[in-house]
Amino acid sequence: MELLMASAIGVLTAAGVYLVLRLRTFPVIIGTSLLSYAVNVFLFASGRLVVNQPPILRDGVESYTDPLPQALVLTAIVISFGMTAVAVMVALAAYLSSNDDHVDDQPAGLGPSIRGDSDRGDG
Amino acid sequence: MSLFLIVALPFLGALLPGLLIQAGRQTCASATFMVTLAALIGLATHIPAVVDGQTITARAIWLPALGLNVNLFLDGLGLFFACLILGIGLLIIAYARAYLSERDNMGEFYSYLLLFQGAMVGIVLSDNILMLLVFWELTSLSSFLLIGYWKHLPEGRQGARMALTVTGMGGLAMIGGMLLLGQIAGSYDLTTILQNREAIQASPLYLPALILILLGCFTKSAQFPFHFWLPHAMAAPTPVSAYLHSATMVKAGIFLMARMWPVLAGTDAWFLIVTTAGLVTMVVAAIIALFKDDLKALLAFSTVSHLGLITMLLGIGTPYAAMAAVFHILNHATFKAALFMSAGIIDHEAGTRDIKRLGGLRKLMPVTFVIATLASLSMAGIPFFNGFLSKEMMLEEASHTVLFDSAWLVPVLATIGALFSAAYSFRYLGHTFLGAERDDYPSHPHDPGIGMWWPPAFLVALVMLIGVAPFLAEPTVRLVTQAVLGGAAEMPDAHLKIWHGFTPALYMSIIAVLGGLVLLALFRPLDKGWQTAGPPYAKAMFDGVIGGAVSVARFVTGRLHDGALTRYALIFTVTVVAVAYHAWATGAKSPPTHDLIPLGPMQLAGWLMLVIATGFLVYCHRNRLLALVLMGVIGLMVSIGFAYLSAPDLALTQLSVEVVTIILMLLALNFLPKQTPVESSWSRRIRDGVIALGAGTGAAALIYSILVRDFATTPISEYHLENSYAGGGGTNVVNVILVDFRGFDTFGEIIVLGIAALIIYAITEALLIGPTRARLAARKPDEPLAGDAHPLLMVVVTRVTMPVMLMVGIYIFLRGHNEPGGGFIAGLVVAIALVVQYMASGFAWADERQRYPYHTIIGAGVLVAGVTGIGSWFAGYPFLTSAFGYFRIPPFEEFELATAMGFDLGVFLAVVGAVMLSLESFSRLARRARKDRSEHAMDIDPSREERAEAGRGG
Repeated sequence: MELLMASAIGVLTAAGVYLVLRLRTFPVIIGTSLLSYAVNVFLFASGRLVVNQPPILRDGVESYTDPLPQALVLTAIVISFGMTAVAVMVALAAYLSSNDDHVDDQPAGLGPSIRGDSDRGDG
Repeated sequence: MSLFLIVALPFLGALLPGLLIQAGRQTCASATFMVTLAALIGLATHIPAVVDGQTITARAIWLPALGLNVNLFLDGLGLFFACLILGIGLLIIAYARAYLSERDNMGEFYSYLLLFQGAMVGIVLSDNILMLLVFWELTSLSSFLLIGYWKHLPEGRQGARMALTVTGMGGLAMIGGMLLLGQIAGSYDLTTILQNREAIQASPLYLPALILILLGCFTKSAQFPFHFWLPHAMAAPTPVSAYLHSATMVKAGIFLMARMWPVLAGTDAWFLIVTTAGLVTMVVAAIIALFKDDLKALLAFSTVSHLGLITMLLGIGTPYAAMAAVFHILNHATFKAALFMSAGIIDHEAGTRDIKRLGGLRKLMPVTFVIATLASLSMAGIPFFNGFLSKEMMLEEASHTVLFDSAWLVPVLATIGALFSAAYSFRYLGHTFLGAERDDYPSHPHDPGIGMWWPPAFLVALVMLIGVAPFLAEPTVRLVTQAVLGGAAEMPDAHLKIWHGFTPALYMSIIAVLGGLVLLALFRPLDKGWQTAGPPYAKAMFDGVIGGAVSVARFVTGRLHDGALTRYALIFTVTVVAVAYHAWATGAKSPPTHDLIPLGPMQLAGWLMLVIATGFLVYCHRNRLLALVLMGVIGLMVSIGFAYLSAPDLALTQLSVEVVTIILMLLALNFLPKQTPVESSWSRRIRDGVIALGAGTGAAALIYSILVRDFATTPISEYHLENSYAGGGGTNVVNVILVDFRGFDTFGEIIVLGIAALIIYAITEALLIGPTRARLAARKPDEPLAGDAHPLLMVVVTRVTMPVMLMVGIYIFLRGHNEPGGGFIAGLVVAIALVVQYMASGFAWADERQRYPYHTIIGAGVLVAGVTGIGSWFAGYPFLTSAFGYFRIPPFEEFELATAMGFDLGVFLAVVGAVMLSLESFSRLARRARKDRSEHAMDIDPSREERAEAGRGG
């Protein structure tokens, strides 16, 4: 199970990094979302993997999983929603005001509209 | 009065002018005057003790570990300077009241002036050199504000910037020097340092420390080659020039050299550097001053020249020279401040301070004429004026100073300096006041009101008094000299008097005065030659250096920060992976200890779904809608994983966040291109793939090696598990941690969430005005709109389920303290319930029924959480301490009430508000843009032109 968890985090990280290195805003946002999954799960897993021992106190139960990483990750999940929303909004505002969703600064001389329209042309 | 209060008074008083300006200019000026007067009187109470030879101290421990303590002390030298600063400050405040015009913001001016005054008093009273450095930098900053006071003048801004650059750099050097000095002496207390002369001068660090400290002094006191900033600082209002650039700030460097004289002086290095710098400055500045047509520029260079003179005297290092230096500081402060004020009067009344446009003002401005005459004769070094006395002492000392093995170098140069000094003094007098009356003055010159001329008149009276009866100043000069020497040298057996007999100094003085008159007679041809020769202009060099630095910085920044964000991300990732790999490869690893969880088919199936979805997402990320669907799958698998691995709270949170995230991304995708074009080459994709694999492998290896080992130490959460019920009153430990143990953390996080939502709202608002609005309105949907935008079935179902969903939300909220749930999850669930209504019935329908703006809900949430936290103060506990109790209302079972629930309610409200405000903003973008009402008289759609261009281009 530990191996599955580790490899899943690895796969999410790799996919996230690859997408973050893309040239358009939308894949980059998807990439950061994947990275937040990876990071949240990573933090959670640092409390070690435990099955059937939720941190809900019960009479007669002695061992519980580590609740602290869970509490940290819980807020992290909600905050990452806020972060994603802001990133999406910034990307959207940039696209709407310049008709260009490139991540990198574009060299001068290329009109934004030509590139903007070509978005729909090829795939 | 305590020394602390004397230093603090100007700083505290600096608040007054800004406030009192509302009550009128006279009140404002009077308040400033009274503050300074109070500090001066407080200082005066210590005079008898200091004259008795005592040293007044005031000490307070601040940061003893750093050697930084608020230690102040007052001896003869400090008293002398503090009296100069506060006394001349009083005159300047009175003068500025008359000088500043109606358009100038007087409150601002006096506030800056008092700040500066406080910083200067701080310098001269500091016993701790670190404190001294703080005050030193404060003078640089406050003088920047004062020089640039006339913000509308480019010269003012440039002059202020130049002054700050030069003195600021000197200040930096001085910090280094002072730290070295403190290291050598083993203490940052000045009194201790002053007693360690031998140890300091024997140290190998003496020379670096000396050079660095002198850099600070020379830049501040405008010594060659750093003299150029002072004339440019003359763009300031004249009261500032008179105060900062004659009497006080430029004297700070001199003060420090005098203060450090007992420890630093007396070595060859000190003698060579300080004497040479002073001598060169004195001569060069005097020559330049003669050829300046601007009255204030002439005075500025003459100030530089006189500062050079004082520096040279301190450099020579004999007790007699030190005494002459002290005397000249006093004399220069009196006559130069008076001269600056008279220049200000001329500028004020005649409308110009260009000498070539003046002349013949003698009859028109008789009072000013008398003041200026007396002060400039003192500057020229004419007997019976105080300038003569200290200049005689300087020439006397110069006549037997040997520099660079030459007995005549110093005497000759000193005479030349004095000669030019006499010449520009005569020019100031002759070319402004004497000669024929003209009829082309820019305005009608006449004497100002008494408010403007009594301050310089008072100073001139002092000039005369000391000049005629030097024995009156002798006790002061001897007291201060004693403090400068600090026991490092014997007090000279010399007295201040007018007639010393037929000494070399007398002949040099006669040569200087006569030569000055000759020079003035020959001024016209000399001036022509000077203007054609055109000596190097320091400002151009300074601007060149600054320009060069800027272009280097721009080049480096341009190369590093070229706007290619993907490149930054690439460099960042590679660096992190490389550093982590280094740590991994070189670090020691303990053997695995943790028991592994056995693998079953269900886990494998879940893993497979996650990995396949991720792989597929990367493979077809260009189809953006599909990518979102796959992201949903991944999120779902992550939540199932949380549920399986004993984290029910996380599973619930992840699930509900997933829903709102996907809805949000869909809303955004509505406006974005639906496809990502193929742009990157294969090689680039392979490169990124390799980097991504490296990062992924690293993350996997790291977490795996954590997972197979046990905790190195007992986790903090042991405490949480033990105290959750006993101390927090809840059995859901995760929730208790969130609302109780780490409540402050959560409080911060809901604020962050609220801010994020407000940012989104603000950007939306910005997009909905301006050109984007027109583009949005003209935009045609990529997909045809559905025929039934609001399907009946969906509307009915959502109406029916809404109460149920809200009930679920409330239930999750209420049970949160003891079972999985809580404010975060409940907030998300309720937000989903609301979003569903928007989706089913459209934005307008739902928005009409939404009575409370979401901003208010966010604010209410933060407020409720904060007030709950503050509530614990009333019970005498720290912020956010929770209390709980068990209650029973028949016929219900016993139930628990905890204050943490109030806090959780705040979390709940903030989450609902933030999520809804974000989603609402996105949909408003689509909604509002379609409104028919035009917000601008001329609504031009920029995308129309772009389409036409694209049509031609494509």
